[in-house]
Amino acid sequence: MRNLFAIAKREIASYLVSPIAYLVTAAFLLIVGLYFGLTLIVMAQGQAEPTLRYEIGFMIVVFVFVVPFLTMRLLAQERRMGTLELVLTSPVQEWELTMGKFLAGLVFYLLMLLPTLLYPLTMEVFGNPDWGPIWSGYLGLLLFGAVLLSVGLLASAVTQSQIVAAVLGVAGNLLLWFFVGAPAYAVSTISARMANLLRFLDLQQHLDTFVSGTLDTRDVIYCLSLTIFFLFITTRVLEARRWRA
Amino acid sequence: MIEVEGLTKRYGRFTAIENLSFNVERGEIVGFLGPNGAGKTTTMRVLTGYLPPTEGTARIAGHDIFTDSLEARRHIGYMPETVPLYPEMTVRGYLHFMAEIRGVQDRQTAVEEAMRLCHVQDRARDVIGTLSKGYRQRVGLAQALLHRPDVLILDEPTIGLDPRQIIEVRELIRELGRERTILLSSHVLPEVSQVCTRVLIIHRGHIVAEDTPRGLTARLQKAAHLVVEVARPTPELLPALQALPGVLQVDRSGDGRYEVLSAPEQDVRAAVAEAVVHGGWGLLELRPVAMSLEEIFLQLTQEEPPPETLSSEPSSSEEVEPDA
Repeated sequence: MRNLFAIAKREIASYLVSPIAYLVTAAFLLIVGLYFGLTLIVMAQGQAEPTLRYEIGFMIVVFVFVVPFLTMRLLAQERRMGTLELVLTSPVQEWELTMGKFLAGLVFYLLMLLPTLLYPLTMEVFGNPDWGPIWSGYLGLLLFGAVLLSVGLLASAVTQSQIVAAVLGVAGNLLLWFFVGAPAYAVSTISARMANLLRFLDLQQHLDTFVSGTLDTRDVIYCLSLTIFFLFITTRVLEARRWRA
Repeated sequence: MIEVEGLTKRYGRFTAIENLSFNVERGEIVGFLGPNGAGKTTTMRVLTGYLPPTEGTARIAGHDIFTDSLEARRHIGYMPETVPLYPEMTVRGYLHFMAEIRGVQDRQTAVEEAMRLCHVQDRARDVIGTLSKGYRQRVGLAQALLHRPDVLILDEPTIGLDPRQIIEVRELIRELGRERTILLSSHVLPEVSQVCTRVLIIHRGHIVAEDTPRGLTARLQKAAHLVVEVARPTPELLPALQALPGVLQVDRSGDGRYEVLSAPEQDVRAAVAEAVVHGGWGLLELRPVAMSLEEIFLQLTQEEPPPETLSSEPSSSEEVEPDA
């Protein structure tokens, strides 16, 4: 555990001096900020109830593309620089490395998310939003972020190239978030059982409940188990070099 | 401290090292010598637990590198060939992190001591990315010392350094070797002969020789080698020397200089001196030449040429003097 925190601490410090991290954060905040402005205008013109669900839905889409840029460096860079060899020849176990990196990613993700709390606060000042769906939406964002980070970490574990890691991460995210479930809706010849299975695997499906404010433990468990699964695979990838043929 | 038994590592069909066995005792500095691709780095990666052996095993301070890997790793300080550093960290920050994941209790003291030993205190606050190659190398070495390991494994510790830095690092290694066990790899031969108490020559995954640098030189002298210089050379000198009992071959290497090869068990120096003096050629110098480690190394690692070409060719070319 001590190793885990040492690794996470080092990684967070290195996020804070990384230009890419600032660039990604700035781009993220700019895009979601513009979108928030638009939804405010639309809501004001339509005299609609103030709600954050569109904003959260939009943030989810943006994160699908943004998170891989946060995770791409985590293991690929260590492999390229040779520091992976140094860390893993120290008395550090592979799962400690995986979890340390994941934790660092999660902390940075939360730091990115923190300024967006200004949106519901703005709405509180000028209107009377329902805080229930807002909190469940943020819980959804947290769990969704964990899934994306674990996918990105796995992508970063299988290559030395940050660019390859980013591309793999985006592809993996898109697959989970959109393409897995798509056949269930688009292909009419698919069997009902298969369609149900695909719909269950579809990440978007599970997120909708959070965004609409209906908390369901199944969705929480789904996200958590997906995260644990990808972290487990990442650890196995790191261990793979030590398997005897 | 390091016990290696029948260590074999294959990557698919490629055999990097095969059936390697050796021991390194406490306080020894052992040099691992071989051309690029001989299996030095692979051996070190196996010993440090980064890669598993395909067959065989090794123990570090009594701990098996595979079954008791974590404990074995606690006893090792490792500096890989391309010194792995985090360029965005400061020297001190990096060493603190490394000390932390090595489980050092008093990190403050450990970091300061390692920096002092490797002479990097003056750059403690500098970002590693801005350091010169020599400093990086020393930071890499400092990192390996943090937890005061019994065993140091250093892969090409002086590669890419300038001559002054090389001397410093060698000095440091000798200093460290007084209390620790050191296995270092190199393809620079003078380095190994200067620093190490024992040399293992590895070639194509096999240990082809193991001895002290001096012993290796002596053992491999298949023929004694003399350099003779005379003041007044005449064409008769060459056949005269060749006729001496025990002399195998004489080559003219320059004006008045001759190289005499003799059977190793026979000392022909007295006979050569007498012959030169008696013939009136004027003896200027008579000196035995020890084979350099370079020559030994080449001899051990080159494919053996077929024996016929060795004996017949050189003598005939020497005897026929070109007509001007």
